[in-house]
Amino acid sequence: MLLRELTEASGVSGNEKEVRDLIISEIKDYVSSFKIDRIGNIIAHKKGKSTGKKLMITAHMDEVGLIVTEIDNMGLLKFITVGGIDKRILVSKTVLVGKEKILGVIGAKPIHLQKKEERTKALNLDELYIDIGASTKEEAEEKINVGDYVLFSTKYTEFGDDLIKAKALDNRVGCSLLIDLVKEVEDIEFYAVFTVMEEVGLVGAGPAAYEVDPDIAIILEGTLCYDMPKLDTHLIPTYLNKGPAISLIDRTTIYNKEMRDKIVGIAEENNIPYQFRKTSMGGNDSGKIHIAKEGAVTTTISVPCRYIHSPVSVMSRKDYNNTFALLKAILSEFKREVL
Amino acid sequence: MEKNFDLLKELVGVYGPSSNEKAIRDFITKEIKDFVDEIEVDSLGNLIVRKKGNGKKVMISAHMDQIGLMVIDIDENGFLRFTNVGGISPSVSLSQQVIFENGTIGVVYAEPMEDISKRKLENMYIDIGAFSKEEAEKKVGIGDICIYKSEFAENENVVFTRYLDDRVGCFIAIEAIKEISSPKNDLYFVFSVQEEVGLRGAKTAAFKINPDIGMALDVTSHGDTPKAKRFAVGLDKGAAIKVKDNSVITHPKVKELLVNLASKANIPYQMEVLEFGGTDSGAIHTSREGVPSGVISVPTRYVHSTVEMASKNDIINCQKLLVEFLNDELNI
Repeated sequence: MLLRELTEASGVSGNEKEVRDLIISEIKDYVSSFKIDRIGNIIAHKKGKSTGKKLMITAHMDEVGLIVTEIDNMGLLKFITVGGIDKRILVSKTVLVGKEKILGVIGAKPIHLQKKEERTKALNLDELYIDIGASTKEEAEEKINVGDYVLFSTKYTEFGDDLIKAKALDNRVGCSLLIDLVKEVEDIEFYAVFTVMEEVGLVGAGPAAYEVDPDIAIILEGTLCYDMPKLDTHLIPTYLNKGPAISLIDRTTIYNKEMRDKIVGIAEENNIPYQFRKTSMGGNDSGKIHIAKEGAVTTTISVPCRYIHSPVSVMSRKDYNNTFALLKAILSEFKREVL
Repeated sequence: MEKNFDLLKELVGVYGPSSNEKAIRDFITKEIKDFVDEIEVDSLGNLIVRKKGNGKKVMISAHMDQIGLMVIDIDENGFLRFTNVGGISPSVSLSQQVIFENGTIGVVYAEPMEDISKRKLENMYIDIGAFSKEEAEKKVGIGDICIYKSEFAENENVVFTRYLDDRVGCFIAIEAIKEISSPKNDLYFVFSVQEEVGLRGAKTAAFKINPDIGMALDVTSHGDTPKAKRFAVGLDKGAAIKVKDNSVITHPKVKELLVNLASKANIPYQMEVLEFGGTDSGAIHTSREGVPSGVISVPTRYVHSTVEMASKNDIINCQKLLVEFLNDELNI
C-alpha cells in the first residue's frame, strides 16, 4: 500500500526531499504539469473542467522529528526536537540518523541507578542522547554531522480491526489521500499542493498560496484523536471510526460556515459518516492559505489519528475510505458549481 | 455641540462575531451606501467602501467583528460546551447572558469547583433552558457562535456597553464617511472581519487596496482605575494617538502629523504606549512592500467585558482628529 511507503519515507520539516521524490513519482503521470517551488513545495496542476473558481487541495509532506546538535566525547549524539514532540515519548525509541539512516537508540540512565525523584519526572532533552554504537567522537563523526536530521524508525503495520500503526501519519495520510485524488479524479481542474515545514509554523503554505492564489482551498490532515472512555464528550476532539473530521475553529483559522454547511450536506446526502473536530487547539496550513493575498475560503478535513506526533500513531482504514469518499463527493459538487 | 450616540447604541447591538459578520455588514452597508462611491465585499467578508479623491490612497480600518463563544458540543441533557472566539475570559463570562444569531438566549455557568481560580472555559457551559439534547439541537448547532447580551447605558460623560470594541471604531468611521463631502484623498474605509482572532481581515483587505497610508480606529486600554496597571491613558483626556502596541510601532511621520493636526485644531489628545494587544494597523503596515500606518484609539475601560466604558468627549475628539487627518495633504 502507498501509505506504507509514504509513512516509512524520511521527511522531517526542512528535509522533505525523499518524501517529495516519492510523491512526484506517484503523481507525475496524472497531472498536466508540476513544479517544485523555491521553498520546496510541490505545486501540481490538473487540468479539467473549469468552474471559474480556482481550487487548491493541499497536504503537508513534513513530519516531526529531531536534529543533531552535538556529538560528545563518547560518540553520543545530543539533539533538539523539530516540531511538537512530547519529550516523554522519546526515551527507548529507535531512530534513523542522517542521510545514511544510521540506526540509533535514544538512551537514558537505567532505572536501577535513578534516584527516587528522577523516577517520577520526565527526562529533559539534555538528559537524553542518541547512541549509534560509536565509542568515540571521531568514530561517530565519520557517519554523522551536527545538523543531521533524525526520524523515528517505525515499520508500517496493520493490526486490529482495520487499523494502521505508523509514524508520520500526520500528514502522510493527507498526502496519500491527495495522491489518490490526483489519480482517480478526472475532468476537474484543481491544484494539488504538497507543502513543506508545516510542523514548524505553516512555512511552506504561505508561498504556495501566494503563487496559486486559490478561491477555495481544501486542507487534508491527520488530526489529533483522543477518544478514551470516561471523558466528557466535549473534551474528545475526534473519535476513531466515526469518519472524516471537519474543522470548526483552531488557533489559525475560523472555518467558513457556509462552506462547512455545504460539506456536511454533501456527507449526509451520500451517507458518509462525519464528525466535527471539537477542539480549538492546534493549527494547520489553512492559517496561511485563507489570508494569503486577497483571501480564500478554506476547509480542513482530517483523518483522526491516535498518538499523533509519536512513533506509533494509529488510524483506521475505514476513516481513510470515508474521507476519500467525502472528498470525491465534494469534487463532483465542485464540478457542478455547487461549492 | 451635543452629539447623538443613538447610532453607536444600535451598532453595539448588532450580531457579528469573528467569521460571521453578515448582519453587521448589512447594517453598516445600509447606513453608508448613500455617502460612498464604491462598495465591495471580499472573500473573507470585509466591507470595503471607497470615497473617491485625487490625493493619497488611504485605508481606514475599523473592525466590525466581536468576540464570542462557539458551541463545540451539545450533551445529553441539552447543555452546550463552547470554545472562545477571541479574548473570552472565564471570569467575565460567568453568569452572563448570551445570544445566538437566531435570537436563542442562554446563560453561561460553570461546573462546581473547589478552587474557582482553576476555572477554565472547558469547565463552563451555556444553558439555553432546553431539557434535552434534541430540544437544544432544534435551536443551536455545533459551530454556532453566540455573543454577550447586555444593556446599553449612558450618562452625560460616558457610555457603558458590550462591544465598544470595536463598534465605536465603526461608529467613528461611519460618522467620518457622512461628514466628509469632497475628499481630498482617495479614501478606502474598511469594516474589517476577524480582527479579534489575529488581524486576519485587515491583511487581505490591505493586500487588495494596496494603500499609501494606513489608519486603524480601535479601542485601547486605560490606566486610570484603582490600582490599574501603569498606563498613561485615561478616560476623557482626549483622543489617543498610538505610539506602539504588540502589533505595530506607529510610523514616526504619521504619529507626528497626528500630533501636529491635533495641536493646530485644539483637539485634546494623549500618547498611547501599549505594552500588549494589537490592531488592524499591525497587518496593514507589513502588507506588500510596507505601508506607513497609525492608529487613533478610544481610551476604554474594561475591554472585552460586557460593560466596556468610554468617554463621549474622547469619541468626538477621535472623530475630529480622523477628519483632520483625512483632509490633510498627507505628505508623508
